[in-house]
Amino acid sequence: MAHAHESNTKRIWMVFGILSVITIVEVVFGIIKPEALHLTSFLGTSPLNWIFIILTLAKAYGITWAFMHMEGEKKWFRRAVVWTAVFLIIYLVTLLLIEGVYLFDVMSPLTKWNY
Amino acid sequence: MGATIALNSEDKTTWNGGGNRPFGASYGKMMMWFFIVSDALTFSGFLAAYGLTRFKFIDSWPIADEVFTHFPFLHGVHAPMYYVALMTFILIFSSVTMVLAVDAGHQMKKKKVAWYMLFTIIGGLIFLGSQAWEWKNFIGGSYGAVQTTDGKILQFVKDGHQIALSDFVVEEHEERVQHTRKNGLWNESEGTLPSYSVNEVVNSYKNDPSVLIRVEKIDLATKKKQILSREEGERYLLNAKQVVEGANLHVNEYGNPIFADFFFFITGFHGFHVFSGVLINIIIFFNVLIGTYEKRGHYEMVEKVGLYWHFVDLVWVFVFTFFYLV
Repeated sequence: MAHAHESNTKRIWMVFGILSVITIVEVVFGIIKPEALHLTSFLGTSPLNWIFIILTLAKAYGITWAFMHMEGEKKWFRRAVVWTAVFLIIYLVTLLLIEGVYLFDVMSPLTKWNY
Repeated sequence: MGATIALNSEDKTTWNGGGNRPFGASYGKMMMWFFIVSDALTFSGFLAAYGLTRFKFIDSWPIADEVFTHFPFLHGVHAPMYYVALMTFILIFSSVTMVLAVDAGHQMKKKKVAWYMLFTIIGGLIFLGSQAWEWKNFIGGSYGAVQTTDGKILQFVKDGHQIALSDFVVEEHEERVQHTRKNGLWNESEGTLPSYSVNEVVNSYKNDPSVLIRVEKIDLATKKKQILSREEGERYLLNAKQVVEGANLHVNEYGNPIFADFFFFITGFHGFHVFSGVLINIIIFFNVLIGTYEKRGHYEMVEKVGLYWHFVDLVWVFVFTFFYLV
């Protein structure tokens, strides 16, 4: 930080533009919900949901790398933070979602929907 | 590139009492990053638990478009998504002003840093206010529903659109006094009484053939909640237990109560982070004004709270996706 910094203002506004466009795309998809994407299934959920998740990860990348300036950190510091979080989160989410599907399989036959 | 040797530095920032900067990061910045990692794991724990519960009730989970439909000054207009999208923009924008403050700090422009910090604080406050409004609408409810003895929620629709209880229920002048601690069964009280009794709702349903009942069960072919026939609806209403208006930790007019529990807990925990972020930002803002960092020779403190502030934004991006979009 001690070394002189040139202004990154232009880049900041560009990243803001990208993040805004992604959000707008998400909202438009969320309101229209195209049937071909919404009512079909792909890898356990609808393709629309996959689009949302991928766009969210893209936004998270933008925020972390540009705004939190992760791109400027030393390689192994970056990895200590990012790999730790990403690995543990994937692990947890995988286990919990599998468990959730199992709970549904066990419980839903017991739920009465006709009277 | 990316050598990981400890750098000697004459800087006053301390690491282990000395001048070492492992990974080229100062002590404070590195600890902020490690705090963020642990906080990120906390939030992912919550969101993963939300995901588990959602898959557990995958055939009856509330549909976000039907829950969050309000927009300020557009009363009665069905406007899903727009309001949270606006909140997302507010938070992303305050992230931008924060990063601009950090950028100005690198160039030692005190005035600019102060202004951008101020904008960031204002953005944070607007976001908090928006969240309070969102909670108010959720807690107050917009339509009202009937809960059956086994906990299912029955909503009312007309011409394919949900209608409020007040749109079709006829009052029958029956007297029902709220039970308070000082009368009746001593020291026992009950919650606020709903506007209508179960009997009034059931009778109004029977008298108005245009009203249909919508259950929580999702039709997998259309991903819409199932609407019952008149006769089927009447059979469901035989099990009606109570009228539900709004949502709290026990009942939820939009569907499963655990949806409300997660909503309150996750957005509440995030809102608490925003609140503490605003407080810390205010402290740093005043430090900038009195020239603390100008004297210190660098604005790294602004950078550190900036990291926290961006993290709060980062979490919101995920909350937005998993509560409102997916």
